[in-house]
Amino acid sequence: MKGNFIDNLPKVYGIYTGGFIGFIIIMAIAEQMGMTAKAIGIAFVAFTVFIYALIGWLSRTAQADAYYVAGRQVPTVFNGMATAADWMSGASFVAMAGGIYFKGYGYMALLVGWTGGYVLVASLLAPYLRKFGCYTVPDFIGTRYGGNLARFSAVVVLTVASFTYVTAQINATGTIASVALDIPFQYAVYVGLISILLCSMLGGMRGVTWTQVAQYIVLIIAYLLPVFWISNKMGAGFFPHFMLADEVARIGELEQQFGFVKNAAADLKSVPKGLAGITKAHSAVNATPWAFISLALAMMMGTASLPHVMMRYFTTPSVKAARKSVGWSLFFIFLLYSSAPMLATLSKLSLIDPNLPTGIIGKTFAEVEAIDWYQNWNQANLMFISDFNGNGTLELNEFFMGGKAVVLATPEIAGLPYVISGLVAAGGMAAAMSTADGLILAIANAISHDVYYKIIDPKAETAKRLLVARVLLVVIGFAGATIAAMEIQGILGSVIWAFDFAMSGLFFPLVLGVWWKRANRQGAIAGMLGGLIAGAWYLVWVRTGGSGFLGITQLTFGIFGSAVSFVLMVVVSLMTAEPDKATQKMVDDVRVPSGKTILGKSH
Amino acid sequence: MSNQQKHWEKTRGLLFITLAIWFVFSIGIFLFGAEMNEVTGPFGYPWTYWFTCQGSLGAFVILIFWFANRQEKIDEEFGFSEREDE
Repeated sequence: MKGNFIDNLPKVYGIYTGGFIGFIIIMAIAEQMGMTAKAIGIAFVAFTVFIYALIGWLSRTAQADAYYVAGRQVPTVFNGMATAADWMSGASFVAMAGGIYFKGYGYMALLVGWTGGYVLVASLLAPYLRKFGCYTVPDFIGTRYGGNLARFSAVVVLTVASFTYVTAQINATGTIASVALDIPFQYAVYVGLISILLCSMLGGMRGVTWTQVAQYIVLIIAYLLPVFWISNKMGAGFFPHFMLADEVARIGELEQQFGFVKNAAADLKSVPKGLAGITKAHSAVNATPWAFISLALAMMMGTASLPHVMMRYFTTPSVKAARKSVGWSLFFIFLLYSSAPMLATLSKLSLIDPNLPTGIIGKTFAEVEAIDWYQNWNQANLMFISDFNGNGTLELNEFFMGGKAVVLATPEIAGLPYVISGLVAAGGMAAAMSTADGLILAIANAISHDVYYKIIDPKAETAKRLLVARVLLVVIGFAGATIAAMEIQGILGSVIWAFDFAMSGLFFPLVLGVWWKRANRQGAIAGMLGGLIAGAWYLVWVRTGGSGFLGITQLTFGIFGSAVSFVLMVVVSLMTAEPDKATQKMVDDVRVPSGKTILGKSH
Repeated sequence: MSNQQKHWEKTRGLLFITLAIWFVFSIGIFLFGAEMNEVTGPFGYPWTYWFTCQGSLGAFVILIFWFANRQEKIDEEFGFSEREDE
């Protein structure tokens, strides 16, 4: 190929996408010729992970700016795809449709929150941080406010938030690897971890960028193909997003007809852990305005504070490109998020509508227990039925399912070939790996660049810095995997906590650093540490039986944390001296796109 | 007022407009979620349901591109846009 790699990107990824579709077709033919389901699953995961590792190896580098910010030459659209993969985690891919399936409207606050946050990223932060020219988020805090303590506080907040998040992602890679490769979870976690490290260790941000683009392509095909296929197969409409109004209305009708019968506590004890029944209306408004808005708001402010997302915009060639790139990121995220409610609708209707051949509600228990897919997913501990009222037919309140099953099992329930299930496994793996990569890199880079290079040993040579960065990557990865292997908390809960931690400690110090010239070091430190401590305290208080206030729950504790952070930051800043002339000049320079970056190309 | 101050004033103005639109689609309409869901909206979905699945999400995408273009115009107007070789 002629020309350099960047100019050839559309061609390279075009060939890659064609190759991947070719692979799906070959697998489909192999299935017809008698390839077993297990072999197909292994082939999908092994093939895609091999490609990512190859990209990771090809992107190896020994330069600091390539390792930390991919050489600042990632074009807008491709950075958008990489950010979308970075953003959409195993939770978005595997758990989101399930959450909507069970909780309906109240849960969809997450859809609004996880997209609306990008407006804040684009307008308040990304272009200014790009102009700043930093390698990491604490790099901005440390330079804008000055001093090692401010820098170190930012590293602490970043580590708490990102580490909470990353264990969930390694957990998700482990879950998928254990199902697809049929090995125990404790080992699968480490298989997942090694795959993750293969992408990031040699090339740093450059390796992660180009693997994330590849992972986005896999995950979006794996999500959209089944949604369209199922919708067409059910006769619900060839373009589900615009055509499922009747299905949504029909679910409402069935809910009325069946009613939401509350199960006795004793009956619920027999249901395996992690499975749930349908207890909330699908499309009706089932949450108070504040419950909805507070969750959406917490997720939006968290989005604008999560360092692994912010650092993706450090890789664009210009400030202008950073802004546009946020738009593309959200567009690529929108493609998946707007499909999740459609998948939840199709999945729910195909299970509960007695008029459909796949519907199981109203059938006898013997009939349901004879269905192949029910047996498979019951064995995988993701489906469960129990005749509480003893009438022999299955009622809505007697059917239980795991949240993951909505994405993982619906293709099989709808009667799609197994090749689709293999594809979905590869997609889930891609989603979890890409997010884990971004997070581990964010933590390792912050510690290697901000703590080791900026605070401990400012004279270190590039080779030594990058060695430290890589060692940290492995150490943090293993620490995350070890905690993930203990399976302390669910995937989704810890993801939401990560957002709350990030917004508690970082939202206002970042935003005010650009938008309020008077903000100073003392204020920022008080804001970061005070916010983080206040948020963490509220979480512990509510978890240990505290009643909470203003309707702030353990999922939205960031609202309290960031409010404390804001007040502390403003009060302490005003009580102490204003920043010096040089710092004020720095803020002025950040506010205009033209001119040199604040920090040099290599620093 | 210096050129840079004027630029920042306009930039701030754009920010307020952007945040106001953002507020409407992320918070404002959900204050009236229950009432709005009684009415049939685009493609036959109830209004609130449609906003949570598609409407608000799509509005954010359009809003960001609109904002990016407006900000570019402001940067150009005051001569602060980047040169290609920077």
